[in-house]
Amino acid sequence: MRSVINYFKEIYFGLKSLITGMRVTGHYFTHPKEIITQQYPENRETLKMFERFRGEVVLLHNENNEHKCTGCSACEVACPNGTIEIIHKRVDVDGRKVKALDTFVYHLQMCTMCGLCIPACPTDAIVMANTFEHAVFDRSKLTKVLNNPGSKIMDGIK
Amino acid sequence: MKWLYDFSYLTRAIHEGLSARFEPGTVVILEMVLVGITFMLLFALLGLVLVYAERKVSAVIQQRLGPMRVGKWGTAQTLADVIKLLLKEPLINKDADKFLFNLAPFVIMIAAFMAIAALPFAKGLHAIDFDIGILYVAAVSSLGVIGILLAGWSSNNKYSLIGAMRAGAQIISYELSVALSLLTIVVLTGSLQFSTIVESQADGWWIFKGHIPAMIAFVIFLIASTAETNRGPFDLAEAESELTAGFHTEYSGLKFAFFFLAEFANMFIVAGIGATVFLGGWMPFHIGSWEGFNAVMDFIPPIFWFFGKVGFMIFLMMWFRWTFPRLRIDQLLTLEWKYLLPINLMNIVLMAFLSLMGWHF
Amino acid sequence: MEDVITTPLESQEYFINMGPQHPSTHGVLRLVLSLDGEIIRKVEPHIGYIHRSIEKMCEHDSYQQIVHLTDRMDYLSCHINNEAVCLGVEMGLQLEVPERVKVIRTIIGELTRLSSHQLWWGVMGMDLGAITTFLYGFRDREMITDIFEETCGARLTMNYNVPGGLMFDIHPNFQKRTKDFITHFKKKLPEYDDLLSNNVIFRQRTMGIGKLSKADAISFGVTGPSGRASGFSCDVRKHHPYSAYDKVQFKEILRTEGDCFARYQCRIDEMWESVSIIEQLIDNIPEGPFKAPTKAAIKLPKGEFYQKVETARGEFGVYIISEGQKSPYRLKFRSPGFSNLSALNHMAQGCKIADLVAIMSTIDLVIPDIDR
Repeated sequence: MRSVINYFKEIYFGLKSLITGMRVTGHYFTHPKEIITQQYPENRETLKMFERFRGEVVLLHNENNEHKCTGCSACEVACPNGTIEIIHKRVDVDGRKVKALDTFVYHLQMCTMCGLCIPACPTDAIVMANTFEHAVFDRSKLTKVLNNPGSKIMDGIK
Repeated sequence: MKWLYDFSYLTRAIHEGLSARFEPGTVVILEMVLVGITFMLLFALLGLVLVYAERKVSAVIQQRLGPMRVGKWGTAQTLADVIKLLLKEPLINKDADKFLFNLAPFVIMIAAFMAIAALPFAKGLHAIDFDIGILYVAAVSSLGVIGILLAGWSSNNKYSLIGAMRAGAQIISYELSVALSLLTIVVLTGSLQFSTIVESQADGWWIFKGHIPAMIAFVIFLIASTAETNRGPFDLAEAESELTAGFHTEYSGLKFAFFFLAEFANMFIVAGIGATVFLGGWMPFHIGSWEGFNAVMDFIPPIFWFFGKVGFMIFLMMWFRWTFPRLRIDQLLTLEWKYLLPINLMNIVLMAFLSLMGWHF
Repeated sequence: MEDVITTPLESQEYFINMGPQHPSTHGVLRLVLSLDGEIIRKVEPHIGYIHRSIEKMCEHDSYQQIVHLTDRMDYLSCHINNEAVCLGVEMGLQLEVPERVKVIRTIIGELTRLSSHQLWWGVMGMDLGAITTFLYGFRDREMITDIFEETCGARLTMNYNVPGGLMFDIHPNFQKRTKDFITHFKKKLPEYDDLLSNNVIFRQRTMGIGKLSKADAISFGVTGPSGRASGFSCDVRKHHPYSAYDKVQFKEILRTEGDCFARYQCRIDEMWESVSIIEQLIDNIPEGPFKAPTKAAIKLPKGEFYQKVETARGEFGVYIISEGQKSPYRLKFRSPGFSNLSALNHMAQGCKIADLVAIMSTIDLVIPDIDR
């Protein structure tokens, strides 16, 4: 007799658990306002990334096309993947030959966005930008030169 | 607009129009072709609508938007998918049994076509009104499993084979429950003919008139028919997390589309049978002696009643699919042989007793 | 004719390659199954499809650089992996980090554990055929990844720890966002029970499946929720507290059944514990610096250092051998996934293919963690 009771008990509790589950999904079906999808390419205008989001490394330039990079290579050393390549040149400052930045090469394809280069920079010349649409059709386009053509170092940065 | 309420005017007009021009033999062939084309169009339309509906229903349940890009609200999404499937390369495995491999999707589609022929869509709108309608549908709808077995066997893929064997065991078992739950209502109607069953529900649907045993039979029918159409939570033959795609792993392009379409066609057919037998088919909803209410209900054409009920059944099946986890093969068979079948048999006895005592309405 | 009738039907074992591309191996794991019908006779995991030689790479990276490589191992508990390396280096330097750092590390570690368990819950449901749970798990996880993105700058591979502290201080919104998440998640967690834990189909699929006894769990080295479901008390947070775990009250979830459902329930209960740990700490973040001063080039003294932490999957160990240089002489990671995988054959024997999927889900494999 007990087994018969258990048999029907099992059916009852089984069906009850199924209906509980269906209530959850039914709730969401009847509440389409709770939909959380963001339609990405359409919401480009309003899409705002968090300020700390690490998208790519950029070298900051001011309105006079000047940057703060001294070419010290601290970021190049800090980078774990060889993403950053600093090419130097020698410039005359007060009659002395001084190391300066010639080309700031950034290989985006190798970057893991670890952010180690940012605190390594002694002059805060580079920051992480919020951009994230990096897809291109040719891999070579991912190798970027970060210093603008004709740019030079700001006064007073050593 | 008279034909919208009774399609026999329309069918008779077509028949008379054809008879006036052709020999009687030619007329029969022409009518057959006409019916065939209609069903093909219906299937194509069903595929488009149901795939879209499934994607939207699942999306809303999962707090997503679903297809939104192609057309307004993504309505043209299935059309785009069809074009993609048509353009895809029909791949065949190197060591596959080519004849059976190509045959399998057609077997499944033929089974679906045969089953839909007996469905009464509205008053006077059915291809054939067999006097053994239910028996015929029960027999024919399980033919599809041969297609699944062929597909799994001929693919020369072990995943496919496992899926096909699971489907075989599953459909053979659940066929019993479907037929027995329908028989429970046949006890009341005293007829296997679909048109008679529908007519007998003019004063109330069997699910209400037969109360407790009819409700039990309806629940069993829902479970068993979901299993018979290989839909979640009984989609063991596909079981994408276990068998990648089960019996149709190796299919691509149009042949895959046939399997896909057959799933939705079968869903429509079992929902149609369920609606006809339990929910009064194309009969409008009537409440006893409320003349005004009944008149308003009668105003809605029967074909809308039928599709509305079928839509409700299909929605229930979709709701199941997007809520429950999948059963394991032995649990599936346990459910059938230890729960559904004994309850079903008891239920028939109960129904017979009820009918004998005249306790139904 | 007699012979044909009397001899029993012969069955033959056959092999199936499950993976490296298979929906439920959660990555590029290849399992060679030896099957008898649907019954599994033997499971042979073949690994190495995503081996990147992280341990070797560590040998010529500086200690700061090593941290970000551990993100790429068990990417679902990356913060905790980072913490292990940092704690190891700090141990070598005998550096005392500020209290603030310890508390923040603990909070973010627990958030990481929650996000990992949420993803696991969703995937577990999906493996068993309930696809909707996948989206629900991700829905709740999204709030945590937003917290991470705002404070740490990335959603998955955060690299927020540096030896000596944190890369930067927490964002001003951090506490508010975390509290919002906790209130939201406390409402959603019972839904998890409604959808899976109490579901009759789910219970049948998991109860009594893939049993692992306590003795076997210990001998295979199965740790984390998978080990604790077998009764193996192995919570590093409890036995060897690190960061702020000695200051908070929490239970070590232990169960004795050792089956799939026990492992499942362990993780669900752990989520409640994580929520409680975060609640205890979130209002009590002490003031202070977010980083202890370290030299730009960290050189560990000559010696061997071992630090273990509790990731979402189990015990994660970092074993550093230093020769006094800027990079370690040898670095070994003890990853929980590798040991947990080793018990798979033992658990899955005699089960069906569908059970294997459930077992793999409940031991919560992350393949890059196994291959490194």
